[in-house]
Amino acid sequence: MTKKPVISARDLDLTFETNDGPIHALKGVSLDIEKGDFVSFIGPSGCGKTTFLRVIAGLEQATGGDVSVNGMTPEEARKSRAYGYVFQAAGLYPWRTIEGNIRLPLEIMGFARADMPRRIERVLKLVDLEGFGRKYPWQLSGGMQQRASIARALAFDADILLMDEPFGALDEIVRDHLNEQLLALWAKTEKTIGFVTHSIPEAVYLSTKIVVMSPRPGRITDVIESPLPRERPLDIRDTPEFLEVAHRVREGLRAGHAYDD
Amino acid sequence: MKQLSARFERIAWPLGFGIAVLILWQVMVRAFNIPPAILPAPTEIGAAIARSTHILWIDWVQTAVKGAITGLIMGAIAGVAAAIAIDRVDFLRRGLLPVANFVAALPIVGVAPIMVMWFGFDWHSKAAVVVIMVFFPMLVNTLAGLAATDRMQRDLMQTYSASHLQTLTKLRLPAAMPFIFNGLKIATTLALIGAIVAEYFGSPTRGMGFRISTEVGRLGIDMVWAEIAVSALTGTALYALVALIERGVTFWHPSQRRRR
Ligand SMILES: Nc1ncnc2c1ncn2[C@@H]1O[C@H](COP(=O)(O)OP(=O)(O)O)[C@@H](O)[C@H]1O
Ligand SMILES: [Mg+2]
Repeated sequence: MTKKPVISARDLDLTFETNDGPIHALKGVSLDIEKGDFVSFIGPSGCGKTTFLRVIAGLEQATGGDVSVNGMTPEEARKSRAYGYVFQAAGLYPWRTIEGNIRLPLEIMGFARADMPRRIERVLKLVDLEGFGRKYPWQLSGGMQQRASIARALAFDADILLMDEPFGALDEIVRDHLNEQLLALWAKTEKTIGFVTHSIPEAVYLSTKIVVMSPRPGRITDVIESPLPRERPLDIRDTPEFLEVAHRVREGLRAGHAYDD
Repeated sequence: MKQLSARFERIAWPLGFGIAVLILWQVMVRAFNIPPAILPAPTEIGAAIARSTHILWIDWVQTAVKGAITGLIMGAIAGVAAAIAIDRVDFLRRGLLPVANFVAALPIVGVAPIMVMWFGFDWHSKAAVVVIMVFFPMLVNTLAGLAATDRMQRDLMQTYSASHLQTLTKLRLPAAMPFIFNGLKIATTLALIGAIVAEYFGSPTRGMGFRISTEVGRLGIDMVWAEIAVSALTGTALYALVALIERGVTFWHPSQRRRR
């Protein structure tokens, strides 16, 4: 099987023109993401992680370079339902039930009515929220809301899942649990996942590929292929292999800073 | 059980207070021998209401139903529709919004006679006055509501490649509902005032405003107070109705959730 990149970025540049002058959010960013990869983006805040993810999703226009998703432009890929996007906050609509929120993309994309209950049922099961479909978002905990927002992104069978610090606002214990569930979900669905985080253990635990970024201008300083197996119990985090990868990420982050000074 | 008694208290307090005020009013009027032309006692007002139920009913239908409520519904729909149009077309924002602002600043005493000239003495001219009064608060509140979504919610719609209409109906209008109902509550109060005052500038021989102005001339003060009582009750009921619908529609909003 020859691997062809699902997402391919070449020499991406993005400059925001602001009142205080231009901001180089991305500079010379090149990266290939293969099908089934779990790629984490890690770096200090302001290094362009969100911007990069938004460029891939076609929410932001690069000012230079090329990006292709499934061989299409990001806009075309978006219209062909190539990806689901999970934001830092769950962003569920409070006037819709959990089911109603998951139905939202299905309604917009014109799925058949008869098809919807089955899809909703399936993704609720994937994120372990069976029986909560009739609840309103504000009746659930933060962790459950975030899981519901992941279910919403999964409902229309996109091959790519883009997640921008989805667990950033949750406490450590909930986050551990959700990380475990996310890995199980990834194994089950074989999706390609782009995942922004600023937690080193989270990045190492989840990823097959870790992209280390640094700010001003936002760029990639290191890409680490993880030697860890795909099957990962939580206590893998105490093994020497895990600690070694974590060490390399930390070094990469530090190097980025030294460059900065 | 606890909820029931809480609801009972919410009604009992203002009701008890209102009755206390009425009793005090009655006692004062009798004690100080205040002439009915200055301030009639509540019992006299009650007697006037009982005596003239038929006239009060005819006046109420003419002013409250035909003038105020028709105007309120038309003005509210027009305000929301204009807000949606202004929100969509930038040229309208720059052109129509200042004009709407200008119209809102027109005094009712100037607008009412003109509407009577345009639409005749009957309720149509009163409804037109109400439309003008109600339009602007509805417009402004709906515009604020349509702007009330955050960037992430709109980005989400964009990741689905949602159309303008889909974003409007599935995100921005539902999110605007609390604002629209705020406008509607303001509009409800204005509508009744507008319909009554507009009758001072020409009306057929019925209507609450007509009755108040003619009875004042005939020193039928008890009848004036009877009309005032009917209008106050109508205003309160209309407001309560809007608040009730609001609770059903915006049940999800934090301000409504606590009361569930
Ligand atoms: N829409 C925007 N307009 C102007 N500047 C922006 C915008 N979005 C992001 N930036 C700037 O670009 C840089 C990268 O931001 P971001 O991608 O959000 O970083 P991260 O997600 O890594 O914290 C920051 O300096 C930020 O202030
Ligand atoms: Mg970010």
